[in-house]
Amino acid sequence: MAREKTIQVTVNGRAFEKTVSVRRSLADFIREDLHYTGTHLGCEHGVCGACTVSMNGRSVRSCLTLAVQADGAEITTIEGLRNEDGTRHPIQQAFLEGFALQCGYCTPGFLITAIEFLEENPDPTEAEVREALSGNLCRCSGYQAIVDAVMSMSGKPAPENA
Amino acid sequence: MKPAWFDYHAPDNLEDALVLLGDAGIDGRVLAGGQSLMPMLNMRIVTPSVLVDINQIASLNSLQAGPDELRVGALVRHADLMRNPAVREGWPLLAEASNQIAHRTIRNRGTVCGSIAHNDPAAEHPSLLVTLDGTVVAASAGGRREIPAEDFFDGMMSTSLEPGEMVVEVRYPRPRKGACFGFAEFARRLGDFAIAGAAVMATMNGGVCEQARLTIIGMGDGPFRARAAETVLAGSTLDAVAITAAADEVRSAVDPGEDVHGSSSYRRHLAGVMTERALEQAMTRARGDGNG
Repeated sequence: MAREKTIQVTVNGRAFEKTVSVRRSLADFIREDLHYTGTHLGCEHGVCGACTVSMNGRSVRSCLTLAVQADGAEITTIEGLRNEDGTRHPIQQAFLEGFALQCGYCTPGFLITAIEFLEENPDPTEAEVREALSGNLCRCSGYQAIVDAVMSMSGKPAPENA
Repeated sequence: MKPAWFDYHAPDNLEDALVLLGDAGIDGRVLAGGQSLMPMLNMRIVTPSVLVDINQIASLNSLQAGPDELRVGALVRHADLMRNPAVREGWPLLAEASNQIAHRTIRNRGTVCGSIAHNDPAAEHPSLLVTLDGTVVAASAGGRREIPAEDFFDGMMSTSLEPGEMVVEVRYPRPRKGACFGFAEFARRLGDFAIAGAAVMATMNGGVCEQARLTIIGMGDGPFRARAAETVLAGSTLDAVAITAAADEVRSAVDPGEDVHGSSSYRRHLAGVMTERALEQAMTRARGDGNG
């Protein structure tokens, strides 16, 4: 029947082939089937941005994408940001140094969004950063530290990955 | 949160998609960007039994700017439209307003045609299509038809699409020489649905507005064409008096409902303010280089 489908997905450089229910969200697929639990689910209807992942180089909300729609795609999650030698991605380091997180639940979504944004706009204004991050909600920080952390990347070479 | 069961199809050509949609009738839905449909599925506001995912149909991922018109296929995302150099130059209203649609991740997936087929009264694209006097190309297994924008939108979240029919393309005529644009919308937070907005195309000739097309967003029933205000603007120089008079006409013409985001009178007030802001942009451009 048309209710299950076998898909091939590359996540953080690793290839997977899995048979999934057609109504499984990409978020649930990443978390439940592939066990990359760093991708978090907040609202599950496209408001909070916690589940943001990079799909074929673009940030997308994995709760608003079906797993079957990721067939053939390359996906990067928070687990894929770390450098090969185990050191943090520069933007992870900037968040750490800038205290840009408290509970950390929203952080993976912020990082994926910020990396895509900085690739397009490596030297942004604060207003541009706020617009770019407006689709990610944080209930701890009040945003200023997050905006500051992204601004601290301004003018630096575009981070790789994602 | 899970959608109810559906049969999922991802055909790689339009003909197969149209047959599937025709067979499904009112139980079928088209999945394009999914940025409106997926939340509705997740919350079970809609429970279609057949989902036809068109993302594999390469022919629908087509964006063509010709001498006479812009053709936007059903898989063109907001992010594609706003970054396209030909669109930015020839249809700047589309590029500028697309930048105000929701958030970056939504713009990466959401499609222009999907927004038009969905006809959310707070959405930008239905009103932009009306402002630019565009056309919807709808297709079904039985054939194709072209529907002028103003005949397409049919009340809140409703269009003249028939069961088994889908939007395959929208077309925007190339604006006439001297066309100037303005766009303004208001939301309480960046990226939220607009509480009110206004889009205008004013065609100027020798400093005088020959024709204006003004559409108001967020008034409840989909795009609202402000004809009385357009009449006031035609023949004016888009001066302050004309702009104020046009905003007054908008305030008396719209009839917005109330919801959690604002009262009827607040939306009415905002419709006037957004009209003024959009017209002031157009006026500034008219007095600048004459390009929008």
